[in-house]
Amino acid sequence: MSSAAKRALLDPVVDSNPVTLHVLGICSALAVTTSLLPSLYMCLALTVVAACANAAVSTIRHVLPGSIRIIVQMTIIASLVIVVDESLKAFAFETSRELSVFVGLIITNCIVLGRTEGFASKNPVGLSILDGLGNGFGYSVILILVASTRELLGAGTLLGYTVLPKVADGGWYNPNGMMLLPPSAFFVIGLIIWAVRSWKAEQVEKPEFRIHEVHRTEAL
Amino acid sequence: MPEPDQSSGAKTETVARTLLVALVVSLVCSSFVASAAVLLKPRQVANAVLDVRRNILRVAGLYDGGGDVEQLYRSIEPRIIELETGAYVQSADPEAFDPVEAAKDSALSVEVPAEIDVARIGRRAKLARVYLVHGDAGIDKIILPVSGYGLWSTMYGFLALEADGNTIADITFYEHGETPGLGDFVGKPAWRALWREKRLFDESGELQIQIAKGHVSSDDPMADYRVDGVSGATLTGNGVTNLLEYWLGDHGYGPYLRRIREHGGDL
Repeated sequence: MSSAAKRALLDPVVDSNPVTLHVLGICSALAVTTSLLPSLYMCLALTVVAACANAAVSTIRHVLPGSIRIIVQMTIIASLVIVVDESLKAFAFETSRELSVFVGLIITNCIVLGRTEGFASKNPVGLSILDGLGNGFGYSVILILVASTRELLGAGTLLGYTVLPKVADGGWYNPNGMMLLPPSAFFVIGLIIWAVRSWKAEQVEKPEFRIHEVHRTEAL
Repeated sequence: MPEPDQSSGAKTETVARTLLVALVVSLVCSSFVASAAVLLKPRQVANAVLDVRRNILRVAGLYDGGGDVEQLYRSIEPRIIELETGAYVQSADPEAFDPVEAAKDSALSVEVPAEIDVARIGRRAKLARVYLVHGDAGIDKIILPVSGYGLWSTMYGFLALEADGNTIADITFYEHGETPGLGDFVGKPAWRALWREKRLFDESGELQIQIAKGHVSSDDPMADYRVDGVSGATLTGNGVTNLLEYWLGDHGYGPYLRRIREHGGDL
């Protein structure tokens, strides 16, 4: 694999992760991560949409007039999302019901439009597919981390299997109900961003302003 | 796809070209979406039928995630009733009956009078399908399909009653479009558990069941007829109260339930 291809595929996993570095796709990351199984389907759906949308946009990038490029990209993304949503209803009915509107909301997920506009409209098809997959993986890594944390601490289970036996069922673990509520996803994602930026200090953004130290003479 | 030459950038910006690209993209995308919808339809319909059966079993207390739905469903007996009289109709095939289609046919349905149409149903079929669960001593549970308007959507559900036709065993809503994370409590197990042992009618036969505002304390004299509401989702809760008011009233299952209370389920 060429170095450009490897970068397109692997960079978004940590170095330019769409969730932790660009802080995109947070809405769905909050909504679907109460348990692991729907999160896995959400990851799969987003990865498929991102890769296919990138492939389609990259294919037509030379014939696409600049004046309508965003709406054309949205049309392509929306069509893909509808097809993915319909497929989930046909093959994973119960989970699709749990995900409710959030699969449909992939249409407005900034990660997908960001990659088609920012990458696929300027790069060849093969590389664009890898970039779509890479960003899907980057999103998936974070979603899986958040969902595992929340399901484990909130319900004592993973994928529905008991890992920490609950006090209510005769075990020792007292589940933290807050983990099942939306705010906990903010905390967990925040902690992950903190961890990543401590490890990779170059991801830390420059402060927009600093609090000015006041000299004694100025204060007077 | 052939690599275009350098001058193509200028040519892509003409009005005709823009319209052509927009047209082609729309055609390709719409046929893609349409063919996916058509191809996947049979599977989705089969899933929906299976899901309805799963919900019937769940509300009957026979299913908790494990076991073969088709196998378990054989213990459920669907029956057709005539709503106006509350009598069973022997001639109709219970499986073939489609209440949604029947409600559209003016010969098979009646208009719900506006003053009692609190659940915004419009028309309802003259017949209805109920499900009987048999136990060791005759009928164990009676499952009634209910529907009505919540905040955003028509909610479809099942109400399971004990053999007395008055005590609630369970309630579930399997299809609704209420606010995710707020109004969607109507499908959740925790809320369903609150309904167990509640009663529909008081001693004088008046329908009393209602969703309360907030929590119902156990020393409330009406506690047997009140179920906790969810703050922030009052209108969804009102929708549930309304649809029960309609479906359990005289225009709904009222006559049927009166027969059950007087004669038992095996009439």
